Amino acid sequence: MTGTGTAAVELQGVDKAFGSVRALAGVDLTIDAGEFVSLIGPSGCGKSTLLRVVADLEEPTAGSVAVAGTSARQARLDQRYGIAFQQAGLLDWRTVAENVELPLQVHGVGKAERRRRAAELLELVGLTEFAGSRPAELSGGMQQRVAIARALAPSPRLLLMDEPFGALDEMTRERMQAELLRIAGETGAAVLFVTHSIPEAVVLSDRVVVMSPRPGRITEIIAGRRPPVAADDLVPDSLDPEAVEDVRETGAFFEAVTAVREALRKGAATDGPAG
Amino acid sequence: MSADGSRAVGSGGAGGTGGVGSGGVGGSGGVGAVDAAGGVGGAGGVGAVVGRGRRFRGASVVVAPVLFGIAVLVLWQLVVTVGGLPAFLLPAPTAIAEQIGAQLPVILQTTAVTGGNALVGLVLGFVLGVLLAILAAGVRVVSDLITPVVLAASAIPIVALAPVFTTMFGSTTEIPRRLVVTVVVVVPVFVSTARGLRQVRPVHDELMVALAATRRQYTRFVRLPGAIPYVMTGLRLAAPAAVIAAIVAEYFGGLQNGLGSRISSAAANTAYARAWAFVAASIVLGLLFFLAGLLAERLVTRNRPGGAS
Ligand SMILES: Nc1ncnc2c1ncn2[C@@H]1O[C@H](COP(=O)(O)OP(=O)(O)O)[C@@H](O)[C@H]1O
Ligand SMILES: [Mg+2]
Repeated sequence: MTGTGTAAVELQGVDKAFGSVRALAGVDLTIDAGEFVSLIGPSGCGKSTLLRVVADLEEPTAGSVAVAGTSARQARLDQRYGIAFQQAGLLDWRTVAENVELPLQVHGVGKAERRRRAAELLELVGLTEFAGSRPAELSGGMQQRVAIARALAPSPRLLLMDEPFGALDEMTRERMQAELLRIAGETGAAVLFVTHSIPEAVVLSDRVVVMSPRPGRITEIIAGRRPPVAADDLVPDSLDPEAVEDVRETGAFFEAVTAVREALRKGAATDGPAG
Repeated sequence: MSADGSRAVGSGGAGGTGGVGSGGVGGSGGVGAVDAAGGVGGAGGVGAVVGRGRRFRGASVVVAPVLFGIAVLVLWQLVVTVGGLPAFLLPAPTAIAEQIGAQLPVILQTTAVTGGNALVGLVLGFVLGVLLAILAAGVRVVSDLITPVVLAASAIPIVALAPVFTTMFGSTTEIPRRLVVTVVVVVPVFVSTARGLRQVRPVHDELMVALAATRRQYTRFVRLPGAIPYVMTGLRLAAPAAVIAAIVAEYFGGLQNGLGSRISSAAANTAYARAWAFVAASIVLGLLFFLAGLLAERLVTRNRPGGAS
């Protein structure tokens, strides 16, 4: 599943400045193929900027960025990654299926193949019956699932997600987390996931990257508690919400949550009045 | 009469330029002002057709202004007959109705001519406005060239254009009037479409960059479809203005086969009730275009959450 074995993402000494604001300073981070990595930290610590640098939506001021063994730009041009934002950002005038097809259409995939792939993905996110609906007819959680299906359309080995569940209520959010874990397991894609929620980061991730602001940097990396997915579990609905629930009730989960909270507090402390 | 007419067109055009949000009332100002009650009633009718489940409210929206309109007509009749107003000041509704009956074939024929001119000009101006806006949105240099020219067109008084076009193309063809309508229509359609093309949501922008979409794909998949509600708003604003322009253009020479020429010749011959009969036909034609524009807009944007205006 891991292909050539090259890292999904490799950042070395990445700086990003917006004028006098140092959004990122000396960021080193490697994400292995198939690995789930969360970014967590207070607002303005550069999480989005880091993700956008990987997506080639921002150019770093200094340092090097490699995505799937090539430059960030080339990876973008080759649709090597799928991306989902906090807003689903669906095109209102397209049906759900047509929204999922968009990345394939942009890359010149034929109509029949697009249809087939969209149907497959909508099944993956449990929205088959809404293929012909308009986004406005869907709830926020369903729209976000469509956005995830769209991100998955070109079968990327890397998913970039910037607070994709930020606007969802807690129940929907937990369902979506389970679903994302299942999808990540099934597709074997690496995921770079930005979140504000400590439990969310812990339950989803192999590693939780803790950041602090001014300048934005990585302060600590903590092992997460992503539930393992056995090989014979790789069928739809194998990783039901209960598996995730189970994780949430283990002592190891609470330990990791505490560790992340401590790390965040330390980061905030060094960001005291002295600067 | 002519001064009045040109002012009506001028303000209609300005309304269209001023803002997409100004709504159909601004666009129909010239025509609608004559019979505001009829205008509102008609709009309610479309609402009832389009918005299913609001039928009851739609019906009451129609009934109230119709009753009001009838009351106004009765009052008008009383003022004229009891008050003994001279016909040149204001003919009685019954006298006008009589003329409508007597002149019906001519009225229909002239309405068809004026309506045809308005329609041809509307279609031409619409296509031109949309194309220019797309061009302007695509290429910076083109935008810098076109935008001021089109906006300047909004300042052109139709009075100035009509006789010039007639001289250019001759007085035996419909081309001059249609061109006048085209010029009047281009402006609101261009302005509204251009605005729509600029309204891309940032998240869609980012998405298309992330997908490595080409400029053309970006226009085709995001900008154009996103602009359609605005395009339709432009059409809705332009439709009644097209009728006004077509009528007023006839006051400045050329063929004498449309509503405008009939109104002015009847008035010149002191056939006041007849003049009013043609005015009534103009109002109906204007409302027809207004409603058609409104209906087109509603139909095209019915699947969207929140349109342009
Ligand atoms: N396009 C931009 N222009 C100027 N400053 C920016 C821009 N994008 C982000 N920043 C700044 O960079 C810092 C990090 O922002 P961001 O990456 O969005 O933080 P986070 O996602 O962690 O909340 C903030 O101080 C923010 O104001
Ligand atoms: Mg952010």
